[in-house]
Amino acid sequence: MGYTLNFAAVWRSFDLLLGGLLLSLELAAVALVIGAAIGLVVAFALAGGPAFLRRPAQLYVTVIRNLPILVLILFTYFALPQLGIRLDKNPSFVLTLAIYAGAYLAEVFRAGLLSVPRGVKEAGLAIGLTPMQIRTSLVVPLMIRNVLPSLSSTLISLFKDTSLAAAIAVPELTFEARKINVETFRVIEVWTVTSALYVVTCAVLAALMRLIERRLAIPK
Amino acid sequence: MTKPLLEMQGLRKQYGTVEVLKGVDCTMRQGEVISIIGSSGSGKTTMLRCINMLEEFQGGRILIDGEAIGYDEIAGVRRRKSEKEIARQRALTGMAFQQFNLFPHLSAAQNVMLGLIKVKKMSRDEARVVAEQWLGRVGLSARADHYPGQLSGGQQQRVAIARAIAMNPRLMLFDEVTSALDPELVGEVLQVIKGLAAEGMSMLLVTHEMRFAYEVSSRVIFMNQGVIVEQGDPKEMFLRPGTERLAEFLKSSSFQ
Ligand SMILES: Nc1ncnc2c1ncn2[C@@H]1O[C@H](COP(=O)(O)OP(=O)(O)OP(=O)(O)O)[C@@H](O)[C@H]1O
Ligand SMILES: [Mg+2]
Repeated sequence: MGYTLNFAAVWRSFDLLLGGLLLSLELAAVALVIGAAIGLVVAFALAGGPAFLRRPAQLYVTVIRNLPILVLILFTYFALPQLGIRLDKNPSFVLTLAIYAGAYLAEVFRAGLLSVPRGVKEAGLAIGLTPMQIRTSLVVPLMIRNVLPSLSSTLISLFKDTSLAAAIAVPELTFEARKINVETFRVIEVWTVTSALYVVTCAVLAALMRLIERRLAIPK
Repeated sequence: MTKPLLEMQGLRKQYGTVEVLKGVDCTMRQGEVISIIGSSGSGKTTMLRCINMLEEFQGGRILIDGEAIGYDEIAGVRRRKSEKEIARQRALTGMAFQQFNLFPHLSAAQNVMLGLIKVKKMSRDEARVVAEQWLGRVGLSARADHYPGQLSGGQQQRVAIARAIAMNPRLMLFDEVTSALDPELVGEVLQVIKGLAAEGMSMLLVTHEMRFAYEVSSRVIFMNQGVIVEQGDPKEMFLRPGTERLAEFLKSSSFQ
């Protein structure tokens, strides 16, 4: 084996990797927020919405969940401009990831909505709350607590999925790593450090989400 | 003659094709405490839920202070009122459920405050004062900041009653509020209801506690198979039931 480890080149470009990591986090966070908003609306449509809302909601979830995310990314970035919808690569990727997350979160939220006891909603009705007030004050707060563990794993998946943005040259962590790889040929070093960054960041995200879970836990 | 508080006129309700209320007529004056008794499946819960529009009903009318609940009838066409209007009407009645149905993510005080803030449009501070007042009335001042999961069944039911009463309803509906409780916790809840009755709160209570119905109510209604079979003064009815059905029912229940 003629390969001797030398991390110097990687450390010299470390700020590039960190910049990429920050962008990855930002992409995942924005996609999660938009995706959660989409998922919530779609979940309400799926769980007891009228048919003219439920059908399109089902179609959306089915189509997105049966598409490889890379295809979705390439479709949005390369095919949409042909239809006159032109987006820069970062917004294009965030939008794709949000739409993708929305379909998964819709299913997660739908199950969460069904877990809110009927009696709680009826007690809300009985004191004169409107259906919308019941959603905002009772159903969503209870549902969110139920789905936090799933939300946490979704966030981590989204963060990892941001590496696919390298395919359309978004300068996130994987893209920067590949650039350093090409420029320095320190293959093992670059990918080792990059892998470590992904793993550590995921662990931190998981810990943060557990903290939030504990914060929101209902005292027993 | 003052306007009745509650009127039910030919109330009909069906689940699918099964009719469970087959024309219920009843008039209730302000301040009355009416117990509803009857065997399982006779339609007691369904009737209470119709008054609070937790169930749709297909025929007849329910009036509170002369105001038609749930439906408008214009030129012979019956239409459900808007959700907003129904929400306003639901606040005219308070309801306590068999399973308490407290909001699990809110403390006892917050349970009481939610309706005051969202429906009565009180500020948080005002709502807190009112909530503490009512929690005090049901003997739970010290538990205001406890969550439902930290309270006994009897305490939870008292919070649920405080939550309903704090909205200052015209009429309270109680649906077997002690049936889910351990026997040793039944007394504290019945005590609260007795206190409210003594203060002139109008209430309709579905109960299997015959002794309690006998002591607390000004009138008893006996339901069977979706209709009111008999009603009257509890002492009269329990001691001299006017129908064979009621006599049987009383024999089979714990009352003696
Ligand atoms: N959601 C529902 N769907 C279909 N049928 C129902 C529903 N709820 C109640 N019923 C039926 O309606 C009838 C009246 O039920 P209801 O709960 O009002 O009786 P109840 O007098 O309160 O009985 P219990 O003493 O057991 O509480 C019963 O035959 C019951 O099976
Ligand atoms: Mg019942």
